Amino acid sequence: MAVIEARGLRKSFGATRALDGIDLRVEEGRILGLIGPNGAGKSTAINAILGLTPYHGELRVLGCDPWSARDRLMLDVAFIADVAVLPRWLRVSQALDYVAGVHPRFDRAKAERLLAKTSLGRNSRVRELSKGMVTQLHLALVMAIDARLLVLDEPTLGLDILYRKQFYDALLNDYFDRGRTIVVTTHQVEEIQNVLTDFMFIHQGRIVLASSMEEFEARYAEVTVHPERLPAARALQPLSERQAFGRSTLLFHGLPREQLAELGEVHTPGLADLFVATVGNPAGVPQGARA
Amino acid sequence: MTNSSGTNLDGGSRPGGRGAGTEPRNTTAGPADVPDTPGDSHDGGSPAVARALPARQVLYWSVRRELWEHRWLYIAPLVVAGVIVLGSAAGAIRAPAGAALLIMPGALNFAAGALMATYAIVAVIYCLEALYGERRDRSILLWKSLPVSDIGAVLAKAFVALLALPLLTFALTVVTQAVMLLTAGAVLAATGMDAGALWTHLPVLPMWLALLCHLIAVHSLYFAPVYGWLLLVSAWARRAPFLWATLPVAAVLIVEKLVLRTSVFAAMLEDRMAGGRAAIPFPMGNVLARAPTLASVERFLATPGLWIGLAIFAAFLAGAARLRRYQGPI
Repeated sequence: MAVIEARGLRKSFGATRALDGIDLRVEEGRILGLIGPNGAGKSTAINAILGLTPYHGELRVLGCDPWSARDRLMLDVAFIADVAVLPRWLRVSQALDYVAGVHPRFDRAKAERLLAKTSLGRNSRVRELSKGMVTQLHLALVMAIDARLLVLDEPTLGLDILYRKQFYDALLNDYFDRGRTIVVTTHQVEEIQNVLTDFMFIHQGRIVLASSMEEFEARYAEVTVHPERLPAARALQPLSERQAFGRSTLLFHGLPREQLAELGEVHTPGLADLFVATVGNPAGVPQGARA
Repeated sequence: MTNSSGTNLDGGSRPGGRGAGTEPRNTTAGPADVPDTPGDSHDGGSPAVARALPARQVLYWSVRRELWEHRWLYIAPLVVAGVIVLGSAAGAIRAPAGAALLIMPGALNFAAGALMATYAIVAVIYCLEALYGERRDRSILLWKSLPVSDIGAVLAKAFVALLALPLLTFALTVVTQAVMLLTAGAVLAATGMDAGALWTHLPVLPMWLALLCHLIAVHSLYFAPVYGWLLLVSAWARRAPFLWATLPVAAVLIVEKLVLRTSVFAAMLEDRMAGGRAAIPFPMGNVLARAPTLASVERFLATPGLWIGLAIFAAFLAGAARLRRYQGPI
């Protein structure tokens, strides 16, 4: 059984189509990144998956209809919307008591162990904590829940780079295993690129590209082309071309690495560059061919 | 306290661990199957879904959560009680010797009335804040990330207003009045009079029973639709819940008066706010009240307004829960 299965998922706000017929299937043990600009429909998709917003179309999360069974679903799903949802009055000890009181899958001892690694006092209130510390608290709570699906919607928004790194390290090292599934959206695509097993580009409510990372790494390559090979490289119909430090970097799809190696230095492209190439250039015409 | 249901949450190691495929995972560290755990029914349909904790345990923690957040729910009545105790002590000392017997009935009534009024004010503010505040501070996203249903969350809030607060008010009134009687008794004894006279002279126990009945019957059950309305508005309003709660009511009053030239709604409202017929069998717990009898309970239960009000209350709560499902941070 797929963890998330959606067919023809649609959602409109007035005349705006936030989700315009999304099909997706997420298997157990994957880490899926939903990537897209603001207003692309990422958060709407996440909210539909979490049962926070009604939708049209077919959607099953762990076999449940999220909208009608949100409370039941939350036994197996954990989510961090962003860091600002822990109320300011909440004490660390109260957060532990409450989650332990209402969640059968919460392992309090594990949460205590995770918190022991931080400088958080049991009696501190959220209002006294820095943004990074609040994230540590929320992450400790969520990681101590034995959930099958973890959804993170911009979980590191507003955090400095040190905490962002810690966040993903903790998630990968102390939490993730093959029985769990993670769906994450973020603006900092580069930071999660090597964390993901799959990604999906969302633009204007549609999925424009979905792939596993292996497939992506096998199919797409970026070449920093030797200046003298540039005309030859351009003839191979690159998806995009950009300039850096006076050299041209071209993005190719579906060409053998050996062939590309003759043109220059081959490396794995960044998802952000691929996104720009895919979305900014739907017709497939090479970009930036002015140079 | 976490284990009131018999479910051990802090059991540490879980038998079986994870990755057991389709086998239902169980976090109870005791016997693997607790037979009366609610949620069994849907295990058959989707075996991977965990069992929910017993509803009463979720309610218990949800109510405690409300009291953590809204500490003024008990601080405000405590302050009022403290002021009354100090004031009555000062009064008892300054009053002429022997006057305590004459002053006490009025003083006790005043204490009960002040605490009851505090309850009403606190409950109104709380209900308006309950489902609005969690959206304003975005914490609704945290609460919704936990396996607590919307109706469960709304019921916990109604429970606070309709049961926790009147019981707190009752306990606090009893303690306040007892302290007042003891202080007055001490003053009497100091002037060489019989301190016990106060307790024998005043029908203390019937008075307290009448107070409890009045609080539950009138302030909780009969006022329930008012609190239900406030919770509904609190779940709906995107700003200024107080105005949204009061202005439509005022509008209906005015329109009815101007257009239909009647005041049915005004009369209904007046009856409801004054305790109406419900208050007849259970008058405010004053010292002269007789203890409520079984007959007064029967009479109260036979009041149609009670049941109509409770039906409206249930509809308002269902509406509030439904609204909460659609609502996110504002």
